[in-house]
Amino acid sequence: MKTITSAHLTEIISTVKTGRVLTDESDRFSYSFDGSFGTYLPDVVIQTKSVEELAALVKLANREKIPVYPRGQATSLSGGPLPVLGGMVLDLSVMDDLLEIHEEDLVAVVSPGILTANIHNAAEKKGLMYPPDPSSSHVSTIGGNLAENSGGPRGLKYGVTKDYVIGLEIITPQGELIRTGGRTVKNVTGYDLTKLIVGSEGTLGIITKAILRLIPKPPASKTVMAIFNSLEDAGRAISKIFCSGILPSKMELMDQASIVAVENYQPSGLPRDAEALILIELDGHPSAVIDEAEQVSEVCKEVGARKVRVPKTKAETEEVWKARKLVSPAIARIKPTKISEDATVPRSKIPEMCRRLQEIKKKYNVHLVVFGHAGDGNLHPNIIADKSDKEEMKRVEQAVSEIFEAAVQLGGTLSGEHGIGTMKAPFMEMELGAEGLDMMRKIKQAWDPNNIMNPGKIFPEPGQRLVLSE
Amino acid sequence: MKQDLEQLKEELKYEKTNSCVQCGYCLPVCPTYATMGKETHSPRGRINLVKMVGEGRITDLSVLEEPMELCLGCRACETACPTGVEYGGILEAARAAITRRKKSPTPVRILRNTVFKEVFPSRKAMNFIGNSMWLYEKSGIQKLARKSGLMKKLPSHLGEFEAITPSAVSPRERTSLLRVTPAKGDKKYTVAFFVGCVMDAMFRKINHLSVKLLSEAGCDVIVIENQTCCGALHAHSGELEESKSLAKRNIEAFEKEEVDFIVNNAGGCGAMLFEYDHLLADEPMWVERAKLFSDKTKDISQILVLCGGIKAKGCSQQRITYQRSCHMTNVLKVTEDPLQLIQSVPNVEFIEMNDANMCCGSAGIYNIVNYDASMEILDQKMENVRDTNSTTIITTNPGCLIQMKLGIDRENLKESMRAIHLVEYLAEVTGIS
Ligand SMILES: Cc1cc2nc3c(=O)[nH]c(=O)nc-3n(C[C@H](O)[C@H](O)[C@H](O)COP(=O)(O)OP(=O)(O)OC[C@H]3O[C@@H](n4cnc5c(N)ncnc54)[C@H](O)[C@@H]3O)c2cc1C
Ligand code: SF4
Ligand code: SF4
Repeated sequence: MKTITSAHLTEIISTVKTGRVLTDESDRFSYSFDGSFGTYLPDVVIQTKSVEELAALVKLANREKIPVYPRGQATSLSGGPLPVLGGMVLDLSVMDDLLEIHEEDLVAVVSPGILTANIHNAAEKKGLMYPPDPSSSHVSTIGGNLAENSGGPRGLKYGVTKDYVIGLEIITPQGELIRTGGRTVKNVTGYDLTKLIVGSEGTLGIITKAILRLIPKPPASKTVMAIFNSLEDAGRAISKIFCSGILPSKMELMDQASIVAVENYQPSGLPRDAEALILIELDGHPSAVIDEAEQVSEVCKEVGARKVRVPKTKAETEEVWKARKLVSPAIARIKPTKISEDATVPRSKIPEMCRRLQEIKKKYNVHLVVFGHAGDGNLHPNIIADKSDKEEMKRVEQAVSEIFEAAVQLGGTLSGEHGIGTMKAPFMEMELGAEGLDMMRKIKQAWDPNNIMNPGKIFPEPGQRLVLSE
Repeated sequence: MKQDLEQLKEELKYEKTNSCVQCGYCLPVCPTYATMGKETHSPRGRINLVKMVGEGRITDLSVLEEPMELCLGCRACETACPTGVEYGGILEAARAAITRRKKSPTPVRILRNTVFKEVFPSRKAMNFIGNSMWLYEKSGIQKLARKSGLMKKLPSHLGEFEAITPSAVSPRERTSLLRVTPAKGDKKYTVAFFVGCVMDAMFRKINHLSVKLLSEAGCDVIVIENQTCCGALHAHSGELEESKSLAKRNIEAFEKEEVDFIVNNAGGCGAMLFEYDHLLADEPMWVERAKLFSDKTKDISQILVLCGGIKAKGCSQQRITYQRSCHMTNVLKVTEDPLQLIQSVPNVEFIEMNDANMCCGSAGIYNIVNYDASMEILDQKMENVRDTNSTTIITTNPGCLIQMKLGIDRENLKESMRAIHLVEYLAEVTGIS
């Protein structure tokens, strides 16, 4: 891999006619990080809204073998946009001009720098809904969401980003502009390249436009909060709700550590001695949600919930969900470094995974907090540590590795939504097997023979292991 | 070398940067990220630059200069931050570290030096500014200068500010505030009124009205001698030592009277007074006294609400919008009281503007020192103001007031729109003059 010479820079500057080329030290450092770990200086940062200019830059990079790093708003929790080998960072958050809602087709056409929350709002104005709802929606770009195949609480009922993309425009690693899919929900013309690009973490090309599927917005919703004395009971309640024929739109879990953290941070009247709390949201027809809320409450009580609450007013409902929202900030105040994992297991294995997590917590003596999207098995084990404590970070590294192992052993996956990036690359083979990983490598090589597109991600270097201490 | 780095870390309050998890939740609220469009001018970017210095990856502090200089210090990022990063403290420490290492003073610094060290803290000098403004205005020089367009060509765009600065009060009218103004009716509280230097020199009328409103609401109002500038502009510009000494002078002055509250009418000053305990945290002799002072600091709107609101005598046909003072929102966390007062006026038509919490770009003397950056932010603000179709913009801080007046002037809206301080509005609707 080459670094950028002054001749390259001259060519870049003459290519970028409508945007900006940033090379100052302060600018380069400002594009050296994301929401995860590590600082990697790019040689140059480019901001342009012009697809032609971007394509020309990629052609140049491909010819000269310069690494290209697509970047949205760098909220990635797995190192996705980090320019680990230097080269060019393309700041795609500036491509934020196109946001069209086509009600008749039930689609949205967007440019990649649009913030996901803006799509939510635009759709809602027309009585529609774009369901994928990562909690970072108000700061992350749709381009980043597509590249990471992001999901959120609503994934339980509605699925994740990939379930709502029907067409893409992308710049290939050779600098050619291609279109995949289209405006129709049904489309079987050839390989489904759209789905291949979604979740490819910017390693197969740059998304420059997307066509998204929308659905009518459900007219009503209702929330149930249930508090349990034991984590296992909560797990059983979750399984039982699914067996009762109800599919909630959200089902979120908080363990004791997260309840206590919230109470310490902003007392919300939650019982500190409870081992678990689940929040269930039902959506649909107004009378149906009332019915379902009752059924869900019954199930929770049968399983032994110590308290079940169905908030009546909008304000009460917001109050209940606020506790869940506070978990992240609350635990961040315990210690400065937060390692946020998203290992995911099949629904039926949630209680078992919870048990394993508690064992890991004891074994490595780490501050582990579990909360997250219980309904779809996407638990968020978070470890709170202090990165300046080298010895502690070593224990954290071991604990994280063991969390991954546990998830894979239970038939789950390393990552439910945050992606592989640099952080989880060392564990790919464990989940996919040597052959599975090799097949993916072959796809990468076919698309990107010079390995210029987001190199250093997803695929582990020989001998690479998880390093959290810098 | 290693020792130097440790010292630098200390100086920069490096440990505060560690609570930033780089989630980016502060990006959408940062005015400079919106207008300048790069991470270098985002809260997360600025914090990261300080981190990099603390970790020895950036060795030349001048790399930080522009990003720190162009920050408004509005602290909207703090309100948005889920992990409670103390951005204000990080910014101040970084600016102070940069200021300390500056070899030769730039013109801006020379200007600042005289303005901060000599002018603001001196009631006399500020009086003089007020007086000369009056003379200048009344003598007709202003008209002449305006006509010839000379004003527009003045360096640093001082001309444009000149056009919108309020008509100064004549020296005779500028009799100072009474030492004690007793409460009308039953006394509820005894309050000390903080006059503030810019308010005192340029908006003395608003100070007079404030005292009357407080007395009307049931407060004995004391104007304490020997009070001085709050020190905010100094602190925000890296002149920490100067601001600490001003803080101490104020604490000493206000300790002399037994009062329930120390009341001000300028969000920027209020925030500074409120944070004296942070400012003096490293000085064991002072921190307790500073805490007492900070605890008593309130915005006038809080006190008026506490006293049961105002007695409005009806309102003229006005559409009102409210440009919040960033420091009131993000530091004092006073957001509801002004709204409550405005909305208590019978038949008032109040329209909230979009992005109401975004800074207007005034930010102390930012609009003078970083004129272009400030105007870009102001233009965005004015678009939102325009959309409300208001006739009156209410503000709660002198800097915002001047900036809003400037905005109205730039958009040629003078015929249909005015900017006034909340106190002026409340005085108007209660018939106080
Ligand atoms: C507090 C917090 C909460 C979060 N919550 C969730 C959550 O609930 N669910 C979830 O799924 N994720 C979550 N995330 C992770 C993160 O927000 C998502 O991964 C998001 O999709 C990243 O978007 P971004 O715009 O920041 O992209 P970036 O972080 O900049 O980039 C992410 C990846 O996308 C690539 N990329 C970006 N734009 C393009 C493009 N146009 N074309 C090709 N590749 C591109 C980059 O190369 C990189 O690999 C959270 C993060 C934080 C900090
Ligand atoms: S919101 Fe807070 S933690 Fe997140 S990037 Fe901004 S300052 Fe850092
Ligand atoms: S203080 Fe205001 S301008 Fe400065 S970084 Fe924070 S939000 Fe941006």
